[in-house]
Amino acid sequence: MSRLPADQHHAVRLMLNGKPCSGDAEPRMLLTDFLRHEIGATGTHVGCEHGVCGACTVEIDGKLARACLTLAVQVDGCAVRTVEGLAPAPDRLGLLQAAFKRNHALQCGFCTAGILMSLDHFLREVPKPSEQEVRDLLTGHLCRCTGYTPILRAAMEAAAELAGEPAKEKSDA
Amino acid sequence: MPEKRYGMVEATSSAKGRPDPGSPWVGQSIARVEDATLLTGRGRFMDDIGVHPGTLHAAFLRSPHAHADIVSIDVSQAMSSRGVVAVLHGEDIKALTSSLVVGVKAPVECWPMAVGRARYVGEPVAIAVAADRYRAEDAVDLIDVRYNVRPAVVDPRAAVKPEAPVLHDGFGGNVASDRSFRYGDPESAFASAPHRISIDVSYPRNSCTPIETYGVVADYNPGDDAYDVLANFQGPFSIHAVLSRALRVPGNRLRLRTPPDSGGSFGVKQGVFPYIVLIAAAAKATGRPVKWIEDRLEHLTASVSATNRAVSLVAAVAEDGRILALDWDQIEDCGAHLRAPEPATLYRMHGNLTGAYDIRHLKIRNRVVVTNKTPTGLNRGFGGPQVYFALERLVQRIAVELNLDPLDVITRNLVLADAFPYKTASGALLDSGNYQEALRRGAQEGGLAELKARRQAARAEGRLYGIGYTAVVEPSVSNMGYITTVLTPAERRKAGPKNGAQATATIAIDPVGSVSVHVASVPQGQGHRTVLSQVVADVFGLKPSDIRVNTEIDTAKDAWSIASGNYASRFAPAVAGTAKLAAERIAGRLRRVAASQLNTETDDIAFVDGHVGSKRNPDNRISFSRIAALSHWSPAALPDGVGHTIRETVFWTPPELTAPDEDDQINSSLCHGFIFDFCGVEVDRTTLQTRIDRYVTMHDCGTILHPAMVDGQVRGGFAQALGAALYEEYAYAEDGSFLTGTLADYLLPTVAEVPTPIILHMETPSPFTPLGSKGVGEGNCMSTPVCIANAVADAIGAKDVVLPLVPAKLAEIVRGAEPAPPARRTSSTQAKRGGDRKLRGEGEAVVKANAQQVWDMLLDPNTLAAVIPGCHGVEKISGTHFRADVTLGIGPVKGRYRAEVKLSDLDPPKAVTLTGSAEGGLGFGNGEGRITLGPTPDGGTTIHYTYEAGIGGKVASIGGRLLDGATRVIIGQFFVSLARQAGGGEPASGGLSWFARLRRWFGGAP
Repeated sequence: MSRLPADQHHAVRLMLNGKPCSGDAEPRMLLTDFLRHEIGATGTHVGCEHGVCGACTVEIDGKLARACLTLAVQVDGCAVRTVEGLAPAPDRLGLLQAAFKRNHALQCGFCTAGILMSLDHFLREVPKPSEQEVRDLLTGHLCRCTGYTPILRAAMEAAAELAGEPAKEKSDA
Repeated sequence: MPEKRYGMVEATSSAKGRPDPGSPWVGQSIARVEDATLLTGRGRFMDDIGVHPGTLHAAFLRSPHAHADIVSIDVSQAMSSRGVVAVLHGEDIKALTSSLVVGVKAPVECWPMAVGRARYVGEPVAIAVAADRYRAEDAVDLIDVRYNVRPAVVDPRAAVKPEAPVLHDGFGGNVASDRSFRYGDPESAFASAPHRISIDVSYPRNSCTPIETYGVVADYNPGDDAYDVLANFQGPFSIHAVLSRALRVPGNRLRLRTPPDSGGSFGVKQGVFPYIVLIAAAAKATGRPVKWIEDRLEHLTASVSATNRAVSLVAAVAEDGRILALDWDQIEDCGAHLRAPEPATLYRMHGNLTGAYDIRHLKIRNRVVVTNKTPTGLNRGFGGPQVYFALERLVQRIAVELNLDPLDVITRNLVLADAFPYKTASGALLDSGNYQEALRRGAQEGGLAELKARRQAARAEGRLYGIGYTAVVEPSVSNMGYITTVLTPAERRKAGPKNGAQATATIAIDPVGSVSVHVASVPQGQGHRTVLSQVVADVFGLKPSDIRVNTEIDTAKDAWSIASGNYASRFAPAVAGTAKLAAERIAGRLRRVAASQLNTETDDIAFVDGHVGSKRNPDNRISFSRIAALSHWSPAALPDGVGHTIRETVFWTPPELTAPDEDDQINSSLCHGFIFDFCGVEVDRTTLQTRIDRYVTMHDCGTILHPAMVDGQVRGGFAQALGAALYEEYAYAEDGSFLTGTLADYLLPTVAEVPTPIILHMETPSPFTPLGSKGVGEGNCMSTPVCIANAVADAIGAKDVVLPLVPAKLAEIVRGAEPAPPARRTSSTQAKRGGDRKLRGEGEAVVKANAQQVWDMLLDPNTLAAVIPGCHGVEKISGTHFRADVTLGIGPVKGRYRAEVKLSDLDPPKAVTLTGSAEGGLGFGNGEGRITLGPTPDGGTTIHYTYEAGIGGKVASIGGRLLDGATRVIIGQFFVSLARQAGGGEPASGGLSWFARLRRWFGGAP
């Protein structure tokens, strides 16, 4: 592992949501601050800066990570996915996002980005999860608005759709 | 008009629209207009918004002590740090601002930063302003503050005692207010009642802790002598007057704006206001815009919390369980300062101290005290959890003591269905309801009979299963005048009347006839924009997607009043209704315009499907946008007297909300929803963990505007209340150290802990609100903690239970106090019960060196400097006085400490007592230990030690769980080094702990 002088800025080049991007960071700069304030990708949110709340969860080289416990310089050369990369097109919602909207699985929307990232990754790895498996995954996220039930419901609906079952028409809350 | 769709396509089925065209949008669970933006990362939260080039960033130095005089502050090193522009402390803030107003009449000042004395852990002591946040935080570490620690008081019952340390000289002791009230004839009721049943409870400190923290960007323009502030403040905007006064400008020179999105608040973001003053002052001092985003430790330690309250409640009770009179004695703990709007938490429920019950005789003593804890403020439930925890625990106790069914006791006392509007003894006007019906339906639809059978079966198997009940009235739309009940009638006469609940809404129509709505309500995730689009769409015969709603506030441009903001569950009953009234005013004028255009009468005009037309002849119609835009394009074409139809602002305040009267009767809130909850819980016999088997919550919040959002409010409130019942407490040590500074210490329930409640509804519209709706957001925070507590009390057969119902507390009830540890222990640290963070230990170690060699090492600064991990040097002040400078890491916090160590009772080379203290940016520690050296048969030395040490400051807040483990690691490093220095040797069992003591002496705090 290379050593980086603490008092210098270092170029960080990464693939962000499939597109090349770069910025400068001191070695101590957190990935959250880099994404949000250096790159301008403010969809990743900061809730606790100690790895508990899960709001800042992103995908780095195919693995989930807390961006608040990651240094920006660590992602140099990596592929990073954030909530901005989830929708198939700027005017379309992805399947998971649509399930969240249908089920009122968000209120303030602050914790949502991290939850979407975890679920998006998880549903690709585990195509037909049990509710308990989804519950286990979601214990890594804190939400203060919804009481979790609609999030769980949205996740299960999205999982069913991804597994090829027809979308549910609508469930009221 | 061609159909045009705005907004996002969804990948799959879209949310449900109206089942029947022509039926109202209000009452339908339409998809939220907020969601597409939030789900794609395009939200604009406080910290997402760009700032002016050159904006500086602020970081705070905060007091590690609960109560201490500030002896000196040296900012010179911090000021010379790279990128630092200014460092301001209390005296600077005092020079730039005026004291915040205090909620009671007393000669007390309330500064947003410690001036001369710090009164709670986390109180701002200085602010560093630098080029970026990292450099500002660097500078904070370099500010050198010397404190003189004072004794602290953290318990409200202790705070009123004459011997308690006093926080403010201007209050009588620590009592900021002491008022007694009497309604009806409580003395006679108590004298004649066959039973007198009482309960003493303490409601703990907790908070709804939004995931987004506070944020402020402030700028000052000396040319205008005006401030421009962007903050994720939520109201009430009565605080705007507090702010402008503190910043010494008229209100029109303080422009306060809010961002488009807010990451949750639940009341808590009202508490950002002292920071608005500080950041604005920093902007004035530096001549540059200044930004500050709070971190989680700051938020948990020092943002704001609900009040903790000590209550003694006595009921005069008839044989059948009827409550004839209540006698309340409430001691409200508002923390170190009485910040606006406190003591509102205590008085918000003043009209509702009889709950859902018909109790005519009432005696109240309300004391408001200050303690060495974070000042309190708005928090979901606001006074309700505190009141109902006492009242509904008492109702359960009445049932137990009189051997009655708790549900029968509730039923016998409820306000009767034909009594509405019902005026309570203390003056609240309960607007509408049918509590008996709610109980009946709740019990039936929620399966109470089955739950009782489950309890019976579980108990037959020897399991601890209980059922709890609650009936609560949920007040909403606060009367701005209720807080003046803290004043005597004479003081109120002098101050002038305060009352009302002004809500504001503006409807605007642009030149192409599209409709915009603005309200002064500042939502924090509730979906106000969606509901307002439904309400206004119904008035104009449009679709919700035709209506654009803006809920940001800009006090320089928008219509607002002191009651504006998002609190007291006022959106659905007050704000949404006001939007309806504003839309109806424009619709009334448009009706006249349309009638003249369509050659018909005004009352023949209807707004249907995007058109305005004749009811009698539906073909005679014109598009809404054409009629709506006419006022822009051709004012002359409007009929006489219509004026314009471009913009309408309505201010609405309900006439029922009058000021407190001469008898201290106060209609504290406009609307009163009703909640009946019951639940079955099982307490595990081994772990004493509480599991919710079923939770049923029956709500009557009047007319429901959006069923999914109402259920969302109920579920969200329930989850937070579950946290308050089972997990959450802002815990303080006896010395005022704050112990729950991370989300691993302050435990929020996750999806694994929150069951799905069964939610039931009935709708009894409020006669006092435009839409018939009442507030619903706060109810479960009032009903659920006590409902779960009642169930747990039923399960374990306890008379008293304490929140949060963590297994350790239940263990004390079920199994009695934990026995003292064995007299001789070798473990290094031990966290005691009751918030005592003293670390105590005793043990032995063996090294190969002889006693004299070890002794010499202990007194040699060079050896010590080599042995102590992270030591930057040991200075020998005298033969028995050392000063050390060390860097130590505990869990996530690594910091530098100054340590002073003194030796006494020297008995060379056999024994010595060491007394030490250490202080640094991350906290402080002090301790004392006795070490004795004895020979081993093979020429080595046995070292026996005992010690006791205390730790406070940041490290106690966030490292509490880690102290044991971290101590062992550090001690291990000590030991390896010392053994190496002493010519080898292995630790005896427990030997690692030997250096816990050395660490105390030389390394200082953990």
